[in-house]
Amino acid sequence: MSETITPESARPLSPHIQIYRWQIQMVTSILHRATGVALAVGSIMVCALLLALAAGPYPYEAVRGFCGSGLGLFLLLGWTWSLCYHLLNGIRHLLHDAGMGFGIAQFIRAGWISVIGSFVLTALIWACVFARGGVA
Amino acid sequence: MAEFTLPKNSKVQKGKKYPAKADAKNVRTFRIYRWDPDDSANPRMDEYEIDLAACGPMVLDALIKIKNEVDSTLTFRRSCREGICGSCAMNIDGTNTLACTKAIGECKGDVKIHPLPSMPVVKDLVPDMTHFYAQYASIKPWIRTQSTPLPDQERLQSKEDRSKLDGLYECILCACCSTACPSYWWNSDRYLGPAILLQAYRWIADSRDEDTGARLDDLEDPFKLYRCHTIMNCARTCPKGLNPAKAIAEIKQLMVARQS
Repeated sequence: MSETITPESARPLSPHIQIYRWQIQMVTSILHRATGVALAVGSIMVCALLLALAAGPYPYEAVRGFCGSGLGLFLLLGWTWSLCYHLLNGIRHLLHDAGMGFGIAQFIRAGWISVIGSFVLTALIWACVFARGGVA
Repeated sequence: MAEFTLPKNSKVQKGKKYPAKADAKNVRTFRIYRWDPDDSANPRMDEYEIDLAACGPMVLDALIKIKNEVDSTLTFRRSCREGICGSCAMNIDGTNTLACTKAIGECKGDVKIHPLPSMPVVKDLVPDMTHFYAQYASIKPWIRTQSTPLPDQERLQSKEDRSKLDGLYECILCACCSTACPSYWWNSDRYLGPAILLQAYRWIADSRDEDTGARLDDLEDPFKLYRCHTIMNCARTCPKGLNPAKAIAEIKQLMVARQS
């Protein structure tokens, strides 16, 4: 038996994310999710490094070599930024959960601080890395 | 789950164009979502060119002008035209607001008008609010008491206690905030959404209400309350300038406070 079409079931769903204006608060929220997922995947890389370290000098050298390659550097840079953003935005959310910063202007400012701060922090970390002679 | 695309029957197509009259002086294009339950076609965006020289300043004025002079089939809700009834809530220029208090001049480029986001559409700009109202009823939005009132006295409230309801009692239940919330777009079956949670807090904060414990018990739920991820689309879009995100944060804090 086919499903009966009632006026209710025939109703379309009105567009949402397709038409809603992108604003900073929506971007910071979705980035928090995305960087969280990226960090979960990144933890596999950390495990691989530890396993390689335990397995001996040759596997470790292979993983280290990968980290020093163009792709490896790109991924490490991405994960560094993800960590910085997730950290800063997480602190921001802790403050909101404590009841702070709910004025709209304050909220928008805090969002921008998370985004800009994450880039600044990433740059600082990588400046330190390269000052100490790079990844490998 | 987050759905980033629309179901097949909801995809929006290109619609008809209604050009302005030749003698129009100040033409502005309105792109309006249309869907007719009496044919089997998908929703479409119709374009109406309107002469602003012969039109009131608000988006609602333009909608009424279109309905009166261009296309009488255009369907939308409206009543008070002064931002107190909440009937003409819709998505204008990408954010939810009331058509009667949104000036056409505030919109950038073509004025794009959709129904409130992620709602079943009854016709054109009219969403089905049944579920939203049912959620409102579910929080029992009235004063619940345990004590017997004195026969010769009303339940009184100090000025200080009354002022705790400022920023809450003004809500007109237009649903702009709830339908601006990504969590509500994707979890409205179980998440109450900002408007209803602000209303819930309005009764929790009321000094005359004696059922705070039961109200908090009802909200202690991973979906009803905690789908709020403090995105803040609600407060940023509220046409009455209220802050549902803050009200929800207050509820969350009460939840923590009563555990210790």
